[in-house]
Amino acid sequence: MAQKKLSIRIDGQLISAEEGQTILQAAKANGKYIPTLCALDGLTPVGACRVCLVEVSGVDRLFPACTTPIQDGMSVTTNSPRLTRYRRISVELLLIERNHVCAVCVSNGHCELQSMATAFGINTVEFAYNYPKLSLDTSHPRFVLDHNRCILCTRCVRVCAELEGAHVWDLTSRGIHARIVSEMNEKWGQATSCTSCGKCVQACPTGALAEKGWAVEEMVKNLGTVTTLVHRRGVEV
Amino acid sequence: MKKVKVATVWLDGCSGCHMSLLDMDAAIISLGRKIDIVYGPLVDAQEFPEDVDVTLVEGAVSSQDDLNKIQKIRQRTHVLISLGDCAVTGNVPAMRNSIPVNKLLQRIYVDGADERKLVPTDRVPVLLKQARPLREFVKVDFCVPGCPPPAKTILGLITDLLEGRKPDANQPVKFG
Repeated sequence: MAQKKLSIRIDGQLISAEEGQTILQAAKANGKYIPTLCALDGLTPVGACRVCLVEVSGVDRLFPACTTPIQDGMSVTTNSPRLTRYRRISVELLLIERNHVCAVCVSNGHCELQSMATAFGINTVEFAYNYPKLSLDTSHPRFVLDHNRCILCTRCVRVCAELEGAHVWDLTSRGIHARIVSEMNEKWGQATSCTSCGKCVQACPTGALAEKGWAVEEMVKNLGTVTTLVHRRGVEV
Repeated sequence: MKKVKVATVWLDGCSGCHMSLLDMDAAIISLGRKIDIVYGPLVDAQEFPEDVDVTLVEGAVSSQDDLNKIQKIRQRTHVLISLGDCAVTGNVPAMRNSIPVNKLLQRIYVDGADERKLVPTDRVPVLLKQARPLREFVKVDFCVPGCPPPAKTILGLITDLLEGRKPDANQPVKFG
């Protein structure tokens, strides 16, 4: 049986979308751009980064487009001064939470957080920097995990669990103490379930997960390796 | 026409932003006809003058000396600009921020030294607990991130100010 069609409006434009789609999927299918950081085609959306917030008519609070399913008659606004402000705040909070020292980062120039800041015209932040003391896990022979650059988007967790089927990564603790951990908080190099496939590295939007041996600006991620696999497996994108 | 008084300041940074400022090729000649550099590493003045029109500050605020300087500079300048990532975010100098100052000095001057293992106390500025961006100490009028900011961006900013325009908010900005 064909999927039920729903009628929604995105920025005033009438759109026919399928039941079960999220606002982000419906918007994308109709050529509407909504900025995202934690979302990745083929992975379960989690609404972690708050960059894709949109307005829904008749409701005062904002919704993450990536996790909010569409409803018949829904009217969505993807761009407004209010959204611009909140999205900017979301990115600023990511920038101050940990140590994103772009100048000495392997992903400088190829970082989704950095380019999002540029896209939003962020030239300074309005909050005080946190400068936390964070560790580096270099125990894996080929890859490195740098908590300083992690934005807790959980793409690594999801790509490992959902595509590779290994589920090496997970989140521990809450709030400001939250960290990505491999297995039961073992060193990555000791994680026996890790297949060293590197999908987590390619999916990571920042320099938090990188291949060893690259210097500043040299770590170019290839998201294609992840999304191609998604398409090959016929996972609905 | 009266020349615009411009100062440049080098706090806790690597001087790369000053290098970028000098890297604007021939444009620096015509710029030199419109501005007087009244203070900074590029000129001789010892004391920060009164009534400066524009001050470009490179580097984070890292020592008590930096802090005293920047407070005085803020009082004596009309438009204060954070130039580069160190002044805007703390950047590399702020990478020491999670290490207590005494441990840091011990590591560098005692554990890391081959001879004269002694933490200097005389004639060197006392470090603040953390190196932090300018904006957290004084009011900053404009921020130009980048490590360093491109010469073109700096030129564009100064030109906008000279011609009485608000610096172009649409000018591309990039950390790092």
